[in-house]
Amino acid sequence: MPDLGLDVLLKGKNLARLLGGLGVAMRISMIAVVISIPLGIILGALMTWKNPVIKAILRVYLEVIRIMPQMVLLFLFYFGTTRAFGIDISGEMASIVVFTLWGTAEMSDLVRGALIAIPVHQYESAEALGFNRMQTYRYIIIPQTVRRLIPLSINLITRMIKTTSLILMIGVVEVLKVGQQIIEANRMVSPNAAFGIYLAIFMLYFFACWPISMLARYLENRWRV
Amino acid sequence: MKDILLKVDNIIKRFDNNTVLNGISFDVHKGEVIVVVGPSGCGKSTLLRCINALEPIQGGSITLEGETINPADKNLTALRQKVGMVFQSYDLFPHLSVLRNITIAPEKVQKRNPKEVEKEALALLERVGLRDRANSFPRELSGGQKQRVAIVRALCMNPDLLLFDEVTAALDPEMVREVLDVMLNLAASGRTMIIVTHEMQFAKAIADRVIFLDAGQIVEEGDPISFFEHPQTDRAQKFLNTFEFESVKNHEK
Repeated sequence: MPDLGLDVLLKGKNLARLLGGLGVAMRISMIAVVISIPLGIILGALMTWKNPVIKAILRVYLEVIRIMPQMVLLFLFYFGTTRAFGIDISGEMASIVVFTLWGTAEMSDLVRGALIAIPVHQYESAEALGFNRMQTYRYIIIPQTVRRLIPLSINLITRMIKTTSLILMIGVVEVLKVGQQIIEANRMVSPNAAFGIYLAIFMLYFFACWPISMLARYLENRWRV
Repeated sequence: MKDILLKVDNIIKRFDNNTVLNGISFDVHKGEVIVVVGPSGCGKSTLLRCINALEPIQGGSITLEGETINPADKNLTALRQKVGMVFQSYDLFPHLSVLRNITIAPEKVQKRNPKEVEKEALALLERVGLRDRANSFPRELSGGQKQRVAIVRALCMNPDLLLFDEVTAALDPEMVREVLDVMLNLAASGRTMIIVTHEMQFAKAIADRVIFLDAGQIVEEGDPISFFEHPQTDRAQKFLNTFEFESVKNHEK
């Protein structure tokens, strides 16, 4: 049996450190999710408005954020702002800002898509039955939008969690960085540690994201419209 | 003559500069079935949408039992409850069960007792042969079944007037009949209805009065026998001819 380097996991506080690293990744992504979902809902609703100025501004925002790789955004906010504006923000803060900007953009597009996917006939049938505007939204439009939206936004959340693996590039010590540190520290005694550690990281990401995707699939089946 | 339920008086409807309805007037009496026919784009559907205040009108007036129908009116919801409408694209609410589709408006709009509404809804479903589908979702129904549910949904509000906008136009031919039968039953039970349709045989059977609309005006109006068998105007004759096929088989004899 080849040495998979699994023993390194159990040495000292290595496993606890990895879990701590995952904690950092989860904290950053969850803070970003909590801020970007409500913001995305508001911006997405605004995008369906007829005002051309608001529409154009939001369109530019969405395209810029989407076209730029997340890594570039992270560098821009972490290194760029420090030099250009003399603002000294921590790597974790920069990550939260970038993930929030990105999450908000993606979420707003999902919301816009869900809203315009509701056919005009749904509004008219509700009106023809005597529903007023508020009731139409409450009983007919919002329940349908939410059903379309929840699986998609859960998907976005898992993408945000996974993308935190980039933030080690701006010096945030998250799970991947902790893994690298452990591998480096054990280079002499356990040269095969890389396999064991990365396998452990794979499992950690898997168990963080898998229940969320399962939930998405369950809701998708349940709420098929 | 029975009481006048709906009075359409010289209405004008324009989309930008395009006049779609140009001075339409007619009365609908209680219990009467009016069928509106005419070529595509003649304004039939728009007429129904104006009656249900889904479209504002630019001139004339529509009154239901003496009350003016106006999309800007505060009492619109009250008026709308008196007018039921069934659309071409059977648009049930996809996130609600068949039963809930029917009961939600009477419960939330008319604030009626949920138990009572449910009982009525189930009885109505029974009448259209869909009692066993009460807990199904719209996606599990055929087009004809959906359209029958849509009719029940409108009926459960106990409207004084029912509007049908080409309700069989989007259906497969074998499903048309089941929907038309439901409408024939409604007519037999004395419902007041305005029906827009392309089913001429059906129109002839159900109508108390036929209105022929062309280019936003009423061209001809009358009882179904004289309209379909002896149309007075050229335009009506031409329109009715498009539904006839001359047999070509005899030509060779």
